[in-house]
This record gives sequence, C-alpha cells and structure tokens, in this order.
Amino acid sequence: MRQFLDFEKPVAELEDKIDELRRMSETDGINISEEVARLTEKADRQLRATYAKLTPWQKVQVARHAQRPHTLDYIRTLVTEYTPLAGDRSFAEDNAVVGGLGRFENRPVVVVGTERGDDLDTRLKHNFGMARPEGYRKVRRLVELASRFALPILSFVDTAGAFPGIEAEARGQAEAIARSTDAFLSAPVPILVTVIGEGGSGGAIALGAGDRVFMLEHSIYSVISPEGCASILWRDTTQAAAAAEAMKLTATDLRNFRLIDEIIPEPVGGAHRDPVVTIQAVGRAIATALPGLLALDPAALRAQRREKYLAMSREPAV
Amino acid sequence: MSWLTEYVRPKIRNLLGKREVPDNLWTQCSACNQMIFVKELERTLKVCPYCGHHMRALVNERLNWTFDEGSYTRIDLPKAPVDPLGFRDQKRYTDRLKENRSKTHLDEALVVAHGTITGHRAVVGVMAFEFLAGTMGAALGEGVVAAAKLAVLQQAPLILFTASGGARMQEGMISLMQMPRTTIAVQMVREAGLPYIVVMTDPTTGGVTASFAMLGDIQIAEPNALIGFAGQRVIEQTVRETLPEGFQRAEYLLQHGMLDMVVPRPEMRETLGRLIALLCHLDHPAQETPDPVPLIQAA
Repeated sequence: MRQFLDFEKPVAELEDKIDELRRMSETDGINISEEVARLTEKADRQLRATYAKLTPWQKVQVARHAQRPHTLDYIRTLVTEYTPLAGDRSFAEDNAVVGGLGRFENRPVVVVGTERGDDLDTRLKHNFGMARPEGYRKVRRLVELASRFALPILSFVDTAGAFPGIEAEARGQAEAIARSTDAFLSAPVPILVTVIGEGGSGGAIALGAGDRVFMLEHSIYSVISPEGCASILWRDTTQAAAAAEAMKLTATDLRNFRLIDEIIPEPVGGAHRDPVVTIQAVGRAIATALPGLLALDPAALRAQRREKYLAMSREPAV
Repeated sequence: MSWLTEYVRPKIRNLLGKREVPDNLWTQCSACNQMIFVKELERTLKVCPYCGHHMRALVNERLNWTFDEGSYTRIDLPKAPVDPLGFRDQKRYTDRLKENRSKTHLDEALVVAHGTITGHRAVVGVMAFEFLAGTMGAALGEGVVAAAKLAVLQQAPLILFTASGGARMQEGMISLMQMPRTTIAVQMVREAGLPYIVVMTDPTTGGVTASFAMLGDIQIAEPNALIGFAGQRVIEQTVRETLPEGFQRAEYLLQHGMLDMVVPRPEMRETLGRLIALLCHLDHPAQETPDPVPLIQAA
C-alpha cells in the first residue's frame, strides 16, 4: 500500500480512480484503456507539477516519508559481501547505527549509517534512527578501522537527531558526537557522505564530515528540527512550516551556501516512488567521485577535507 | 559581616521604600537569596560568600581573573558574513545582533586574548553567554579557529572558557557546520603538540558541548555548571521521567567520567598555570595560595 502525504491528495485520488477502473474492466470486461491512459497521464502531470515546486515544509515530509529507502536498503543494493560489525567496545551495541565491511563496486569499503527502520518492529529495534553515545562510539570505531586498513568510508545520514535521554547524557552524548566528528576529520581515507532523508543536527554531523557530501533532492539537513526551531523562536510548534522556510534546510539552499557538494536528483514523486532508481543514482554519484579521491595521497586528502570545511561560511552565499 | 546584613541592609530598604536596592551597592544571590555587598562579591570573584554559588561572569571579569594582574592583549577576530540566511522569526536576526552589540559592547559571543597565567604564556578564549546566549554561529566558529591559529603561532597553550545555549538557530546549517570547523581548530592545536584546556562554565550545552568543548586534553568545569547536549525539557518530554537530582551539573559529569576536575573559581588561575607548566615541561614557581572564599554564616 502506497502511503500518500497530505499535499499528494490530488494524485492519490487520480490513482485511486485508475485502480478502480482497472478492477471494473477485469470484472465487467469493459475496455477502458483509453480512459486509464488519460487519467494516468493526468496523474503524472499532477505529480510532476507538485514535486517541481515543493515548499521546504513539504520537503520535510517527503524526507521523513515512511516508505523512503533507508540506510539498510542502500547497503543491501550497493554493498556486496556486507559484513555487519557491532559494538562500541565499552558499553553496548546501538542498533540506531548500522555499519560494517563490504564491497562497493568490488572494492572493500567500510559502510556506516543511521537506520530508522521501516515498520514498528524495526523502528523500535533501531530506536527510530536516534543514536545513543555507544552508537557514535561505534561509528568512531569503524572510521578508525577504515583508517587503519585504508578502506574508503561510505556514510549514510538519516536521523532526526541524537537520542535525548537521561542515560545518553550520563554516558556522554556530547563527547561521543564530538569524537566521531573528530575521527571523520582525521581519517586518511576517502569519505563519501550521503544525506538520504533527514539530516538532524549534531546526530547527523557526527557522521557528516566528508570529502564529498551528497544530498538527495528532497532530503533535508538542519541545525534543529523545524518543530524545535518553531517552539524556541516562535514559541509555537504550529509555526514549523514558517521555521522550515526560514531555516534554509533544502538541498538547493545548502548547495547555494556551499555547505554540501552535490545534489542527487530523485525520481518524479520522490525516492519512495522508486527506491531502486534512487539507490542506483546514489551509487553512481559515489562511483563517480571515488576514483578522484583515491588518487590523492592520504595526507593531501585529509588536508583538502579540512580546507573545505575551513572555507565554509567565510564568504556569503553565491 | 553580620552587623552589615542585620543593620545596614534594613536601613537601606527603609530609605528606598519599595524600590529595589541600587545595583551598585547590593546584589542578591540567585541560589540562596542572600543580599551580598557588591564590593565583597568583587573580592570573591562573583562567588556567593554565603552558599558558594558561582554567578555567571562577564567576559571582562573572566579575563581579569584569569590573566596575571588582569593584564592581557585582546585580538581582533575575523569578520564573518552577517545574517547569511536573511533570517527573521518574530524579530529580524540583524536587529537581535544590533541589540546584543549595544547591550554587551561585544561584537560576538567570543573574545580572544593572550597574556600570562602564573607566568606562563597562554591564549585564552572566553565565550560570552550575555551575547545571544553564547550561541555558535559563523563568527564564533571563525573566532575559535583564529584562537587556535594564534596559539600555534605563539606556540602557547589554548584555554577556552565555554558558555553557550548551543547552535545559533538564526544561522541555520551554517551554525551546524561550525561543529566540524571548530573541531579542526582543536586538531591544529593538538597537532602542534600544544595543550588545549577547556573550562566549562554555566551553561554549556548543545552543539558547543558536542564539538570543541568536549575535546580538551584536560576538561575542567566550574562548580554546579549546567553541562549537556540535549535540553532538559526535551529530555523530560522524550523519556517522560523526572530528571535525577543534579542531572547535567558539573559534579554529575565528573562522576560520570566526562570531566577531569571541578575547580572553584578562586583556584582556577593557579590550576590552569600548574597544568600548563606540567604539560609544557615548565617550572612552576610556588604560587601564593589562592584566596579561598570563606563561607559566611548567614545571620
């Protein structure tokens, strides 16, 4: 069952009608192919028009769409011989972060990412993609492993943010995030980051500092959730749409501010309409960028990454 | 002191009727509500002589307390683009900046200076909570990078006093990107083989805690300072539990292994000097014993 967002209603109604016609033709044997074709074209036009001008708040909803492909979908499709690794070696295994060894286009890599889960069971298992300190410490472990064995790192970001809990604070959530970012910025191997859904605040930046940072067309990346921003600055959570607008959290905004490197286009109607095409597009972007990064010597690569971040926010947007 | 609290204060109250006591003479401790003579508070470095509460310090006070004889050289910090997002909530961000500049006489939420601490050279950055709650935007990030570069240039240790409400939301993702940028600043100091000491003061939260503020070679905090990543209200709403006593306070972090020490303000300068000397293989001549803040029995 396809799940529709509020603003997709007109498309949903058309597609319902098409389904209905198809069922009728099956039972009554009426030839309605012309009508179906006409409606399909109309639905297509409608979808194209809607997605051509999504507001930032609509993008927030697309980015959080339950049927959008998640990190494990990317790993399953893009990484062969995937061998999950677990644990932070000091406290626990945190399933909000997934990762391990595998091959990308036959080359051994380390892959890591935040996983939100697809249904109630997996969402609970992965804590909705909100990691605790042990999750970020596991990330750091994997980055250090990649550094030691000269393996490129593929990182997938999809999280509402770090988990805000008593235990998470007690075990050093802030320190864990800081050390993870530190590890990303120290690693002498290529790091390719893709924001595939929601890039939420510190929990995203902990996996986000890379040589190449891609964002899917309808993903978002923000310093705080629009709801959180509205609650603090507007003192009114119903102002989330206004906050989303003001915060400049779309891929286009961030590309204009030169905070990310590249936007990966999504199929018409968003990644959830065609996960396979989306994942392949991400795979191509990674495959295109990787050889140039592998050609650099480790010290130059690291220096270039740091220079990229140091140059950020020094100049106004283009 | 008791004759002061018993006799002089009521007299002033009577004279002024219902009006508040003048700020230049008396102030009230926010923790124990005792009235404190302002001159006394200057002597105790804004530590309440009744309950030991560490009141928030202004940037200039902090610099005066930290450097020898209160003598230091401030450096100009690089300018960053102003209001890159053209942000407006209920107020324009540019207006908020203007207000804070005229209110605090500071350009931004960070001041960087160099001088000596118990005779040892050091670069010191002090975050100003009084400026937009010490939030981190591009200018602050750039300031931390400048402080790190100065430390490397002078081959001196870097000491940062942190105080922050977290990210500067009005700068959106530019604010978030200061987390990796300030982390790179820490790496510069680390790679130059110089000590980086963090002193966390009340409050240090959000993206500042989750970047340069938690990456010190030595982590110090002032007593009872609020230190954490997530806000307490957010945590309460998420876990639907009452927060434990002392949660996210300096002593709690010390107990949970996140800090090396909690140091009372009057001992801070000597502690920093001693640490610099030990880490940099310098002799550390005996210091005058720091002036302890004697707790006064409230009348």
